[in-house]
Amino acid sequence: MTVLCLLEREGDGLAEASLRALSAAAAAAAGAGPGAGAGAGAGVTAVVFEGGDGPLADGALAELAERGVSALCMVPSAALAAYAPAAWARTLHQLVQSDAAIAVIGAATDRGHEVLAHLGAMSGLPVAANCVSFTPAGDGSWELVRQRWGGSLLEDAILDAPCALVSVLADGVMPGPDHDAAGRPNAAAGAAAGAAAGAAAESVVGSAAGSAAGLAVAETLSEGQQEAGMARGPVVRVLRPDFQKEDLLVVATEADEAGGGQSLATARVVVGGGRGVGGPEGFGVLEELAGLLGGVVGVSRVVTSQGWRPHRQQVGQTGTKISPELYLACGISGAIQHMAGCLAAKHIVAVNTDPDAPIISRAEYAVIGDLNEVIPALVAAIRARPPG
Amino acid sequence: MDILVCVKRVPMVGGTIVLTGDGQDVDTRMSGFTVSPHEECAVEEAVRITERDGGSVTVLTLGPPEAVEQLRDMLALGAHRGVLLETDGREWGPVATAAAIAEAVEELGAATFPLIFFGTEAADTGGYQVGVRVAHRLRRPCATGIKRLEAGGGGLRAVRERGGAAELFDVPLPAVVSVREGINLPRYPSLPGRLRAKRAEITVLKPHWRPEGLRKTGLRVPAGSARRAQMLGHGAAAVPALMQALAEMGVLP
Repeated sequence: MTVLCLLEREGDGLAEASLRALSAAAAAAAGAGPGAGAGAGAGVTAVVFEGGDGPLADGALAELAERGVSALCMVPSAALAAYAPAAWARTLHQLVQSDAAIAVIGAATDRGHEVLAHLGAMSGLPVAANCVSFTPAGDGSWELVRQRWGGSLLEDAILDAPCALVSVLADGVMPGPDHDAAGRPNAAAGAAAGAAAGAAAESVVGSAAGSAAGLAVAETLSEGQQEAGMARGPVVRVLRPDFQKEDLLVVATEADEAGGGQSLATARVVVGGGRGVGGPEGFGVLEELAGLLGGVVGVSRVVTSQGWRPHRQQVGQTGTKISPELYLACGISGAIQHMAGCLAAKHIVAVNTDPDAPIISRAEYAVIGDLNEVIPALVAAIRARPPG
Repeated sequence: MDILVCVKRVPMVGGTIVLTGDGQDVDTRMSGFTVSPHEECAVEEAVRITERDGGSVTVLTLGPPEAVEQLRDMLALGAHRGVLLETDGREWGPVATAAAIAEAVEELGAATFPLIFFGTEAADTGGYQVGVRVAHRLRRPCATGIKRLEAGGGGLRAVRERGGAAELFDVPLPAVVSVREGINLPRYPSLPGRLRAKRAEITVLKPHWRPEGLRKTGLRVPAGSARRAQMLGHGAAAVPALMQALAEMGVLP
């Protein structure tokens, strides 16, 4: 019995969103199975594709062990050269069958959603996207909470399926009983697992042999594991899945053009402008303020649908999701669609002429007034401030 | 090229979402309905392709009889025909929805539509899967989350954003493509468009509802999502208090 966790890459390491998915997988595995409790349930098998990203860094394997991964299934570049959504799903589909998986968990990312949807279609299983919590109900089904409306609503649901297909959000997963908030095992268990991981990471080799359910698999115990007589570091299995022709029709190639909205997504300060800015010419002062604060300008959907600013600057459910220290929302009413994009902002300050605007009940601080008066005055005050 | 675009009728939510008394649905008595934003862009994209290369655009939705309103809104943007998969108002899950759409496409003649558009995810349920499931039922390749689409190599070149870069998919036709808002800026409906939409005939099919493995037990508004902001003052007079707040956050240069 196992819980599969699809891990996405970032350079030679693992994507942050995938590490959170791994926490959810570990918690789900610990709570599943007979005599549910810490360590009594299923194991966690991580699934990683080399294609397009190359081999994993040495440290990544130790990190997996530390996070409770018992086996790592690796699809080498030779088996699949680049990201192909249906091929990734085919691999998972074959693993679900060969390993009798009770759940497949991925990150709620474009790839995570897409691969799980393909897997759902191939297997005829339901898919629960955007989950913030996911726990075994005890009768073989799962109780989960998932986001609707980009996080403005929560849905409580029951997932009843022989294998649960779930994408989990980076910022909402409930840690399990024996894991801390970051999803790492708690002190006692963590120290032992960490020691084993260090040994395992140095000595893993893979070579192909054997076959199960269409998968060629090589299982390799690390020297560290053999010496210690335990299997706490992940067992590495190199997979060569049986792809069908249609699995390889759509394959990604990296384009060297810049994607939109990225600096917005990671900016430390976002100065937002909405309908209250009045027109395309009104954004100069917001740009000036953003520049002073080392931030960028974001806008509401009204602004982009009017054509005042390009869509890549849109903050919202259908635009970019931001997570700055400060979101200074100017002339923005705070529609549900917009607020879904700034739920992760640490501080929200609203500048609005209407004291009853919805944003006032979602912000931490508010200034009631015309942004064309307030923002230039703020810019002047920042410029006049003694350095340091 | 004849293009099918699948759209979803969703509640039009403004500043707050109000739930029905039983906590099972969004209360729409005071709001109204619209088409999910990504799908409105899908319709615009299809209309632009047919304006450039010829062909027709058919919009399809699965929903209650009133969903005809959303079909007519899309016809007013330039789509040519409408298909309603009429339901009794129950919420349909993604597996049943995809099955009903695939069956309808087969009934309309699958070969009729070399390209089928979806929105990447619905604004309300955000399930991220109906388009992919339909693609599998029709044995077609599929690309999702697409922000730019060009003709090329006997098929389509589809571009998706990924972090600070972009990834590119070459998709042979016939295909299913799900798009995102930002792929274009949808036009406003013209008066002649509205008049034409009013007269257009809508094909109505009645699919069968099926239960799903994922069952909603209730909806709720996240705790702590509403508070009252601390007022810093009015107009420029509030700037000193605002400066102090920004200083405490550590965001001043």
